[in-house]
Amino acid sequence: MLLPQLFLVLGALVVFGLDLIWRDDARKGWLPYVALLGLALALGATLYLLFAADLPSKPILGGMLAVDSFALFFQVIATLVGGLVILSSLDYMLRRTPYRAEFYGLLIIACLAITLVAAGADLIMIYIAIELLSITSYILTGYLREDRKSTEAAIKYFLYGAMASAAMLYGMSLFYGATGTTSLSAIAASLGAAEASLRWLVFPALIFLLAGFGFKIAAVPFHQWSPDAYEGAPTPITAFLSVGPKAAGFAVLVRVLLTALPDFRPDWVAVLSAISMVTMTLGNLVALTQRNIKRMLAYSSIAHAGYILIGLVSWDLWQSAGRFTGINGVLIYLLAYLFTNLGAFVVVIAFEQATGSNQIEDYAGLARTSPAMAATMLIFLFSLTGIPGTGGFIGKLFVFGAAIQVQFYVLAIVGIINSVIAAFYYLNVVRYMFFEPGAGETPAITSTPALKVTLAVTTAMTLIIGLYAQPFIQLVQGAVRMLSG
Amino acid sequence: MNFPILSVITFAPLVGAVLVLLIPRKEEDVIRRLSIVISFVPLILAFVVYANVWGNPGEMHFVEEYSWIPTLNVYYRMGVDGISTPMVLLTALLSTLSFFYSSFTIKDRVKEYYFLFLLLEMGMFGVFVSLDFIFFYVFWEIGLVPMYLLIGVWGGQRRIYAAIKFFLFTLVGSVAMLLAILGVYFQTGTFSILDAAAARPFAGNFPLAALAFWGFFLGFAIKVPSFPFHTWLPDGHTEAPTCGSVILAGVLLKLGAYGFIRIVLPLFPQVFSWYSYNVPIVPILAVISIVYGALVCMAQWDLKRLIAYSSVSHMGYVMLGLSAGAASRVVSGDPQGLLTSAALALNGASLQMFTHGIITGGLFFLVGIIYERAHTRDLKAFGGLGAKVPYYYGIMMVTGFASLGLPGLAGFWSELFVFRGTFYVIPLFAVIGVAGIVFTAAYILWKIVQYVFLGEFDQAKWDEATHHAKLTDMTWWEKVTMWPLVAVMVLVGFYPTIIVALLNAANTALLKGL
Repeated sequence: MLLPQLFLVLGALVVFGLDLIWRDDARKGWLPYVALLGLALALGATLYLLFAADLPSKPILGGMLAVDSFALFFQVIATLVGGLVILSSLDYMLRRTPYRAEFYGLLIIACLAITLVAAGADLIMIYIAIELLSITSYILTGYLREDRKSTEAAIKYFLYGAMASAAMLYGMSLFYGATGTTSLSAIAASLGAAEASLRWLVFPALIFLLAGFGFKIAAVPFHQWSPDAYEGAPTPITAFLSVGPKAAGFAVLVRVLLTALPDFRPDWVAVLSAISMVTMTLGNLVALTQRNIKRMLAYSSIAHAGYILIGLVSWDLWQSAGRFTGINGVLIYLLAYLFTNLGAFVVVIAFEQATGSNQIEDYAGLARTSPAMAATMLIFLFSLTGIPGTGGFIGKLFVFGAAIQVQFYVLAIVGIINSVIAAFYYLNVVRYMFFEPGAGETPAITSTPALKVTLAVTTAMTLIIGLYAQPFIQLVQGAVRMLSG
Repeated sequence: MNFPILSVITFAPLVGAVLVLLIPRKEEDVIRRLSIVISFVPLILAFVVYANVWGNPGEMHFVEEYSWIPTLNVYYRMGVDGISTPMVLLTALLSTLSFFYSSFTIKDRVKEYYFLFLLLEMGMFGVFVSLDFIFFYVFWEIGLVPMYLLIGVWGGQRRIYAAIKFFLFTLVGSVAMLLAILGVYFQTGTFSILDAAAARPFAGNFPLAALAFWGFFLGFAIKVPSFPFHTWLPDGHTEAPTCGSVILAGVLLKLGAYGFIRIVLPLFPQVFSWYSYNVPIVPILAVISIVYGALVCMAQWDLKRLIAYSSVSHMGYVMLGLSAGAASRVVSGDPQGLLTSAALALNGASLQMFTHGIITGGLFFLVGIIYERAHTRDLKAFGGLGAKVPYYYGIMMVTGFASLGLPGLAGFWSELFVFRGTFYVIPLFAVIGVAGIVFTAAYILWKIVQYVFLGEFDQAKWDEATHHAKLTDMTWWEKVTMWPLVAVMVLVGFYPTIIVALLNAANTALLKGL
C-alpha cells in the first residue's frame, strides 16, 4: 500500500548516496534521471494501486494514513509535478549551482510530503507531513545561496510558514482538547456526541486550522509570502510551489473538513466563502499591476486558489449523472491547473534562460522570434483565463456550475467578474508576445530537449482535459466517492 | 449511418488549419491555395444542405448527436433548420471570398493568418449548427480568440487597443451567458437547446427567468451589438484588416442575432415579450441603435468607421424585428394578423442578418480596395473618383444602394418585412425606426457617393492626401471577390423567395411553439 512512498524515499536516498559515491561531474549528470526514475516508479505504483488493487477501507498504520483513491489521486498529482519540475530544471540548475544532487533529492522528499499530506487521516500525521513539505520547500526556495533574492524569499517564506504552522498546531490542540482524539473520523464522531459546552471550541479551532491550510494554498489573508517567495525562488521551484503545496493544501482541507467537520458545514462554508471572494478579488486586482511575470503568476495563483475554494464551499456529494459536484470541481480544477501553470512556468524558465529577464515587457516580439514558444504560452494563458477548449475551462465550468447548483449566486457572480478581470492581465502578456514589436534583437529561445518534452506534455494535457474531459472526470469522481462513502 | 455533413462543414476548416501548420513557412503560395481549396468544401456542402432543408425548413435536419461529457449531460449535438442554413451559407461564402481576397493582400505572416482564419471559420460554423449549450459556448468562445489575434497582429494603428477592447467586451457578455446557461441547465436538466426551449425554464418564476434572460441578453447584445454595448465595434472594425472586418460585420455580429432567435426567444418568450411590450427596453434599444447609429455615420470622416457604425444601425433592424416577434404574444388583436405580422417581422430580422452580411461584407471589401490604393480612408481626401475608377464606382453604387434599401436589391426586402411586421405589433417603434432609413439614405448618398465619387477630381489634393498614390481601377481579383456578392444582392432583390421560403417556414414554426 505504501509502495509509492517507498519508491520516493528510496529515490531520494539513492540520489543522496550516489552524489557521495560518484565523484566526477559526468556521472553526476545522471542524478536527475535517477530521481526521475524514482518518481516514475512511484507514479507507476500509484496507478497500479488506483486501478488494479483492492484498497484498505480503514486508515492503515494505526489510523495514521488513509490509502484511498482520494489520496492516490493526489499521489498522481505529486509525482507528476515532481517529474515535470525536475525535467524543467535540468538546464536551469546546471547553470546556477554546482550542488545539484540535494536539489533533486529534496524535491522528491517534497513530493513524498505531498503524498503524506493527502493521505493523512490523523491530525498528528497531517502536521508532520505539512511540516516536512514546508521545510523542504523553504530549503528549495533558498537553494541559490549566492542569489540574495532567493535567500530573502526563503527567509520570508520561513517566517510566515512558522507562524502559520504554530497557529495550525494550536488549532489542532484545541480539537484534541475538545474531543480527546487526533483521528479525523473519531473527531467527527466525538463532536457529534459532544455536549454544547465543548462545541463552541470548534469555531476558533477551525479558524486556527484554516490559517495553516490557507498558508499552503496561498489564500488571502495568508498569502503575503507568496509573491516574494515566487519571485525570488529558482523558477522551477516557483513552478513547484504554485501547484504542489497548493494541491496538498486543498487535499488536506477537503479531507479534514469533510471527514472531521461535516456537521459544522455552515461554519466553514461561511468562512471559506468570504475567504474565496476576497482571495480571488485581491489576487486579480494586484496581479493587474505586476510587471514581473513570476510575480504576476504568483498573484494569479492566489486568485486561482479563490476559484477552487468556490468548489469546496459548493459542497455537494450527491453524485448522480448530470450534477456538478463542487469537490469534483476542486480536483479537476487542480488537475487542469497543474498542467497549465507548470506549462506557463516552463515557458518562463526557457525565456529566463535565453534572456535573463522575467519582465513582461521583454516578452515583446516573442511571437516573431520563437513562434512555437509563444503559441504554447498562448494556450496556457487562455487556459488560465478559462477559454473553452482548454482544461482551465472545464475547471471553471465545474466550480461555477456547482455554485449555481447550490444557489450560491453571489459567489458565482463574483467569480465570473473576477475571471474577466483576470483576462486583462493574461491578455497583457499575449499583447506583448504577439502585438508589440520586439525592441532590438531579442534572441530566439532555444529550448533543451527536456524543456520541449515538458512543454509537449503540459500543452497536450491542457488541451486533452479541455476537449475530452470525461476520463478525468471519472477519475476524480472515483476519488471523491471514496471520501464520501 | 448518414454522412455527417454538418461535422464535415464545421471541421473541414480545422483540418485545413492543421495542414497549414504543417506546411513550411516559406511556401506561402501553397498555404494560400490550400486554404482556398479547403474553404470550398464547406461552401459546396452548404449548398447541399440548403437544397435539402428547402423541402421542410421548419424542422432540424442532419441532426448528429453523440455523448461528449456524459457525466454532465453534455452532448455533441448538431442540426440545421431554415434559420441556420442561410447563416451557414453566408459564413461559407464570405470565408471563401476572404481567403481569396487575402491571398493577394496579406503578405505578412501568411501562415499564421490563414491558420487563425481557418480556426475562426470553424468557430462560426460551430455556433450556427450547435444544438447543445456547452457545445455552442465552446464554439462561441473559440471564435473569439482568432479574431482577437487577427485584429491585434494584422490590424491598423490602434490595433492593440481595439483587440483588447473587442476581447474584453465579448468576454463579459459570454461569461454572463455562461451563468445563464448553467442556470437554465439546473432548471431543466438538459444542455440541449431544443429540449430546454420545450421545457420553458423558470416559466413560473419571473424574477429568475428575467435574470437568465438578461444573462443571455448581455452575451448576445454585446455581440450584435446593440446600443449601449456597441462601443467596441467601431474600434474593432476600423483597426481590423480588411477581411477581418468583412467577417466581423458579415458573420460575427450575426452570431449575436442568431443567439436571440435560436435561444432567447424560444426559451424566454414570456420575459422577452414583457421587455418588448410591457416594459419595452429591447425595442427602445433597437430604435436607439438604428437612429443613433445612422446619425453617427453622418458625422464620420473615416470611411471604414462610417461603415462600422452603419452596422450598428442595420443590426438595430434585426433587434426591432425580433422584439416585434416577441411582443406579438401579448399584444391584443386579431390573432391571425398578429401571427402573420410577427412572422414577417422575424423573417425580416433573419433576412436582414443574411443581407446585411452580404452587403456590409461587400462594403468592407470596397473600403479595403480603396485603402490599398490611397492608404487613407479620409473622406476629405477623395472626391471625383467616379471618373477615374468607373468600375469601382459602379460596384460601390450597387452595394451602397443595396445598403440603403433600394427596391430590386437585397436590403429592401429585409427592411420592408421588419417595418411591415413591427408596424402591426408595436407601431410607435416602427415609426421612430423608419427615420433610420432616411438617415441611411443620407449618409450613403451624401457621405459616400458625393464625397468619394462626385465632383471634379483634384489631382493636387489627391497627391497631397495620399502621398502620390497611384489610382487604378479594380483589378481582376477584386472583381472576382465582389461579383458573387453583387450577384446575391441582385438575386435576393429580385427573387427573395429563394431565401424567405426557408426563413418563413422556420419562423412560423418557431412562433407557433411560443
